[in-house]
Amino acid sequence: MQYMLMIYSDQSRIQAMAPEDGQKMMAAFNAYTESLKAAGAYVGGDRLQPTSTGATVRVRDGQTQVLDGPYADTKEQLGGYYLIEAADLDEAVKWAARCPGAAVGTLEVRPVWAM
Amino acid sequence: MTPAHTAAAQAARSGYGKLLAYLAAQTRDLAEAEDALADAFAKALDAWPRTGVPASPEAWLLTAARNRWLDGLRRKRVRSDARDHLTLALDEAQAQAETHHDIPDQRLRLIFACAHPAIAPPARAPMILQTVLGFDAKAIASAFLVAPAAMAQRLVRAKAKIRDAGIPFAIPERADLAERLDAALDAVYTVFTRGWGDPLGADPESRGLAEEAIWLGRLIAQVLPDEPEPKGLLALMLHAHARRAARRDLGGRFVPLDAQDVSLWDRPMLHEAEALIHQAAAAGRPARFQLEAAIQSAHAARAFTGQADWAAVVILYDGLVAMTGSVVAAINRAVALSRSEGPAQGLAALDAVAEDPRLADYQPYWAARADLLARTGDKAAAAAAYDRAIGLEFDPALRDFLQERRAGLG
Repeated sequence: MQYMLMIYSDQSRIQAMAPEDGQKMMAAFNAYTESLKAAGAYVGGDRLQPTSTGATVRVRDGQTQVLDGPYADTKEQLGGYYLIEAADLDEAVKWAARCPGAAVGTLEVRPVWAM
Repeated sequence: MTPAHTAAAQAARSGYGKLLAYLAAQTRDLAEAEDALADAFAKALDAWPRTGVPASPEAWLLTAARNRWLDGLRRKRVRSDARDHLTLALDEAQAQAETHHDIPDQRLRLIFACAHPAIAPPARAPMILQTVLGFDAKAIASAFLVAPAAMAQRLVRAKAKIRDAGIPFAIPERADLAERLDAALDAVYTVFTRGWGDPLGADPESRGLAEEAIWLGRLIAQVLPDEPEPKGLLALMLHAHARRAARRDLGGRFVPLDAQDVSLWDRPMLHEAEALIHQAAAAGRPARFQLEAAIQSAHAARAFTGQADWAAVVILYDGLVAMTGSVVAAINRAVALSRSEGPAQGLAALDAVAEDPRLADYQPYWAARADLLARTGDKAAAAAAYDRAIGLEFDPALRDFLQERRAGLG
């Protein structure tokens, strides 16, 4: 089964990190990605640019609204995701707990709706 | 918090497992016993601030739980023979508690029911945490890295199994004792190892799982004084726990065993562990936990002689591998071998188990491999192995340590 691990964290804290801490974090993420691949669990994943670089879009009553920034004003923002293959939720949760993002933010684990 | 609230909370902490064990042993229905007790505790919190704490809080709670249960039976129109049976059992429980002025401690029976071979192994330790120690399902789910809903379902299923399969709340007969005791000790050790990852008690919600496991270990060793393995398990846990203060430095960073400051090891706890190992050995029946305790004892030798006894560790792991066939023991044996004979010998021993598919996501294998490769001077292979270990690590402090080691390869 496929699960999406969505990594939420306070992006202002990540941006304020000292360069060497940022590098260490990146190295930990790379190691995590490699371990997912080596275990045959990796399907995909990406880091996202900060929310200020994006937009939200919605169409209501025929009107298209385009707004700056994220959909909801929350303390933690979606900063990246992994798509993994896992036998069940238990296994997916274990992978999520190993993600370096879990130590600074929150991971949401969601099964992918199989079509 | 008012004194009444504190008293009720204390009764919950100290009396919960005892009351539940007693009710469940009489009725064999854990889930109903839990509901009845939860209701009794809620009533106590409501009543005690007004009426004062009763002379015997446990007897009060038992009566309240019994009344609630009997009410429920009447409302649910339970078949009359089943109702009679339960009413009788509850009346008997009440009468016994009143005549003895105390509730008999049947928690060991509850442990044996929770760790019965018919209960799925992953549910055994969580069941003990919930029923004997009164942990809530959310805390248990976190300790086992499982979604709360999945854990709750597992616990409900296990309780239904105990009721429907008629799993006894009893200390097993001699013929069954060895096998059943293994399962119970294994569950207690699982509780202990789940507490191992949080040496600083960083999570304010978590009551120390390690301390709770040691408490369970003491209970089993006391009730079964002729059995050596409970003493072995208790010694193993005490040895590991004695090093608690040395496992992190002042900055919260991970300190590996051979770099720990032995003056921070808890001497009285080490001495207690040693005494238990000797008592257990007198029975002349060595087994898994006694061997593991002896291995910890050989490590602890550094506190007394300045040096760990690596040769003894290798021999003990040989015994453990032969006894259990455990790949974890084989990895630890390879590490010990590298200390007594050199990194190349250790690496060769690791290679012997490298084909095991379970190692793909087993962090300690990759951390051990990385360290041995680094010590043989193979930096590139060591870096790759460190990356696997870093990517598989759950504990941020240990992840930092591994990243520093990797950076130190040069």
